[in-house]
Amino acid sequence: MQFLRRIMVALIGESGADRVVPASGVAGGLTALASACVAFLAVFALSLALSAGKLAQSWSSALEGTATVRVSAPNDQMQAQVETVLRVLETTPGIGAFRVVSDAEKLDLLQPWLGTDVPAAALPLPGVIEVQEEGIGPDLDGLLLRLKAEVPGAVWDDHDRWRLPLVKSANQLRWVTLLALALIGTTFVAIVTLAAQTALAANIGIIGTLRLVGATDTYIARAFVRRFTLRAAAGALVGAVLCMAMLVLLPKAAEGSFLPSLRYDGFAWLLPLTIPVIAGVTAFVATRRAALRNLRALS
Amino acid sequence: MIEFVNAGFAYGKTEILRDMNVTLPAGSFHFLTGTSGSGKTTFLKLCHAALRPTLGTVKLFGQDATTQTRDEIAKMRRKIGVVHQDCQFLDHLSLRENIALPLAVVGQKAEKYEADLNDLLLWVDLSHRADALPPELSGGERQRGALARAIIGGPDLIVADEPTGNIDWEMGQRILTLLAELNKLGKTIVIATHDLNLIRAAKSLVSARVLRLQKGELQLAGAEL
Repeated sequence: MQFLRRIMVALIGESGADRVVPASGVAGGLTALASACVAFLAVFALSLALSAGKLAQSWSSALEGTATVRVSAPNDQMQAQVETVLRVLETTPGIGAFRVVSDAEKLDLLQPWLGTDVPAAALPLPGVIEVQEEGIGPDLDGLLLRLKAEVPGAVWDDHDRWRLPLVKSANQLRWVTLLALALIGTTFVAIVTLAAQTALAANIGIIGTLRLVGATDTYIARAFVRRFTLRAAAGALVGAVLCMAMLVLLPKAAEGSFLPSLRYDGFAWLLPLTIPVIAGVTAFVATRRAALRNLRALS
Repeated sequence: MIEFVNAGFAYGKTEILRDMNVTLPAGSFHFLTGTSGSGKTTFLKLCHAALRPTLGTVKLFGQDATTQTRDEIAKMRRKIGVVHQDCQFLDHLSLRENIALPLAVVGQKAEKYEADLNDLLLWVDLSHRADALPPELSGGERQRGALARAIIGGPDLIVADEPTGNIDWEMGQRILTLLAELNKLGKTIVIATHDLNLIRAAKSLVSARVLRLQKGELQLAGAEL
């Protein structure tokens, strides 16, 4: 603890080291406010990025290694053709399991679209066989040729047609949110740098007096750095906690929901707590660089 | 202590000082006189490295100020006490904190210098005003406070720019007496003033010399009073 304190003192000075700079400057207050807003947005963007990642993962893995064989045939040939498909699947290496989807299950799937009053017997439902691949899966070209030859009305659907664009979109969404996070960080650096420069310009007389009595640039910079680092970290903590509270209050996603919840899961709740630390470190580096650069420009 | 060798200073093309060749030895007491605009303040700024000569060299404590880094100059200034006409206090700090500023910037703890600071406040007769903010002080109190700040770090050289400019004659005498006492303690003193009465008054207090500037040139380089 003592060691940590020594490091902090070396970096941002003793408690009260920033007293040489008057507290009334608006730049410090604005830094805290901007920091709170930026942290709120950062925590939210981070949550979006994680959710987009979860979405891509769930869409990618949910139907991976599965396929469906749809058989279209006249009612009197349907049973025979389905059985032929089952025989083909039985003798194909790389097919782990398969089962015929019952009419009741098919009607359940159609119910959200057609309602409950549909006369099921009158509907020309296709035969549907659910297939679970194993290992590296079947030799797809060979399997398709066999199906075409033996059951011309059978269609193999491995879901890639609609699954891959969804996964791609979810991944793109994740990259966009990460980009937004980077932009938020860049904006934060710009705000803190501008605020530090404003504070330096407003206190030029004080800087002159400090130089007059033998203060080094590092000492003067540290007074400003301490002020801005502590304000940025405190503001960011408030912003992060507010956003976390908002995420807690959001309704939890239902089990099996199409979209995942924006809430963090388990240890991921620790991630937003790193934002105030990152904000403090960023403010430290940005203010120190701005202060030393500006001080060197003075006579 | 301070050595000007062919030193000159110009702001762009405007030449303020030229051909300065003068040495101010350790323990000496110098008055710098001249009309307004003659370059007194610039000369003093060269004496405490607030400016660097644009021509020639200025040596402070044997070091060429033109080749020093910013940090080296900052450390050199700790051996120089500067009294400005406008005092240059930090208005949000108390007089006590302002006077202690040269010690605070080198990291000294308040408890370590508290006793010396109280003695110094007594010496400049400001004990009763120690917790006042600079804007609450009179002109004389500010000047004495500035002098206290200039000497608290135990400097070898004290540079004062019109230290009696904004105060009455009696208070000016008091400041002059304080500076003469410091000179007797071995401090080198350089005072810029256009107040000839002050220079005459110093005659009875201290063995001082006069530097007179006119149009950027030294006319008298160390004449006795």
